[in-house]
Amino acid sequence: MTAEPDQASGAGNPGAAGDGRFRGGRAARRARAGKDTAAAIADAHRREWAFVLAATARVAGDIDLAEECVQDAYVAALDAWSRQGVPDNPGAWLTTTARRRAIDVLRRSATLRGKLPLLIEPEPPVPGSAPPGPAPAEGDDVIPDDRLRLVFTCCHPALAREAQVALTLRLVCGLTTTEIAQAFLVPEATMAARVTRAKKKISAARIAYRVPGPAELPDRLDAVLTVVHLLYTTGHTAPGGENVVRDDLVERAMDLARMLHSLMPDEREVRGLLALLLLTDARRGTRADPGGRLLLLADQDRSRWDRAMIAEGVALVPGAIRGGPPGRFAVQAAIAALHAEAPSYGQTDWRQIVQLYGVLLSVWNSPVVALNRAVAVAMADGPEAGLAEIEELEQDGRLADYRYLPAAKADLLRRLGRQAEAVRAYRSALDLTMNAAERDFLAGRIAEASGG
Amino acid sequence: MAEYLILIYEDENGYATATPDVFQEVMEAHNRFAQQVGEKGGKMVAGNALQPTSTATTIRADVVTDGPFAETKEALGGYYLIEARDLDHALDIAKLCPARFGGVEVRPIMVFS
Repeated sequence: MTAEPDQASGAGNPGAAGDGRFRGGRAARRARAGKDTAAAIADAHRREWAFVLAATARVAGDIDLAEECVQDAYVAALDAWSRQGVPDNPGAWLTTTARRRAIDVLRRSATLRGKLPLLIEPEPPVPGSAPPGPAPAEGDDVIPDDRLRLVFTCCHPALAREAQVALTLRLVCGLTTTEIAQAFLVPEATMAARVTRAKKKISAARIAYRVPGPAELPDRLDAVLTVVHLLYTTGHTAPGGENVVRDDLVERAMDLARMLHSLMPDEREVRGLLALLLLTDARRGTRADPGGRLLLLADQDRSRWDRAMIAEGVALVPGAIRGGPPGRFAVQAAIAALHAEAPSYGQTDWRQIVQLYGVLLSVWNSPVVALNRAVAVAMADGPEAGLAEIEELEQDGRLADYRYLPAAKADLLRRLGRQAEAVRAYRSALDLTMNAAERDFLAGRIAEASGG
Repeated sequence: MAEYLILIYEDENGYATATPDVFQEVMEAHNRFAQQVGEKGGKMVAGNALQPTSTATTIRADVVTDGPFAETKEALGGYYLIEARDLDHALDIAKLCPARFGGVEVRPIMVFS
């Protein structure tokens, strides 16, 4: 580290060392340094927030206190880094600063401990490790990576899914409540109440700050991956927004998937999720035309797909699929890989895709999966075969409010030349969608089918 | 260790129409559960079965009425007070709690300090 730990702790008090040291001609350099510092802090916020908060939470034993101390540490960095330069390891600098602040606060005020205490599980002693003695100096050099504890706590099944999502964005990604509320199109007060309620449940019900043991891990991991995937899909198809893609949520989801993969490189479903997001995201730039109009997979400009992302995603698929029965993210990634590597929509290996959807249905019996399978069947065996499957799903009723069912049905009817029925189905889809780009697309199809 | 209340909510009709064999099974399941709590590293503090909601009396603002507080298909029929390390431990134990005509709710006991 460039900055000495003592300076780090002193910097916890912005202004203590005084800006007055800068005089005259230094103003310009200061302004430039300030700009660099601001960029470095923004970068550290994006990259290091989860690491810093997770490590601080363990010392603070209290989520709210940890959040406050981490925010203070970022403020302190603004002052300290512009004076001393950006440290080699910003994450360690921020963590040391935030942890010291937490320890200071805890020493000064015992009453704070009752606030929103976090149940910290002591690390089990490692057999053959050093005998108990004086504890090593806390946090100056080696800071344990607690990010997984943080993620698993945020996504605990005792919390409602919407609370899991909100907490993950707030605590793991460092988004403000305002930003989260905007991303999910809910009033800020609603989101604030949701976050507060979830934090209270964590402490009142004693949800432990730990990574689950091997027996619980598969289920608990699935909850975490579901949250990350939900973030991605919410960003990818914003439910009511003007743009099809809400970039920030997408980026956060990608960051989370990468972080999980780096922390749990042997978990096949984590690999599967990362692959799926990469392969889906590689097509992000081609999902809408320059006018913002939605383009179907069939109409997208494949030459503009991000080949580097596709290569990275495809390389992850075998490791996700092999080594036991594949999970749902791994199978979805395999399907996405077939799409990504196909030279055109027509030349896609639809038979294999139908087969993979069959595998997916066996591990994840969802009507949405069945709908996707029906679309693939239509490509492999003709629109009539696909339509039969979709009509069966309609009877089932579970997708009554799902806009993509009438949209898919309309498309097959259109291809079969049954225009009047197609228009009716497009109208049903239009009634169910609030996304502006999707509405435009459907309105366009209705006009075409009515005219032709 | 912390205390949790396991509330057993079941369809009372299930017991009203149950055969003696079913009652026997249920009793045995509860006896087994009392033992399993200790085996799981928790502690059984207390537990009781309640008379059906037809015996309940509700008081709101001093007005006494016949019947349970809320008419629901699945009614509170019994409870256990247990000690567990944390929520995961409590849930692990609560999963073993018999409730063949319904399910259970787990609530942390409030600690005043």
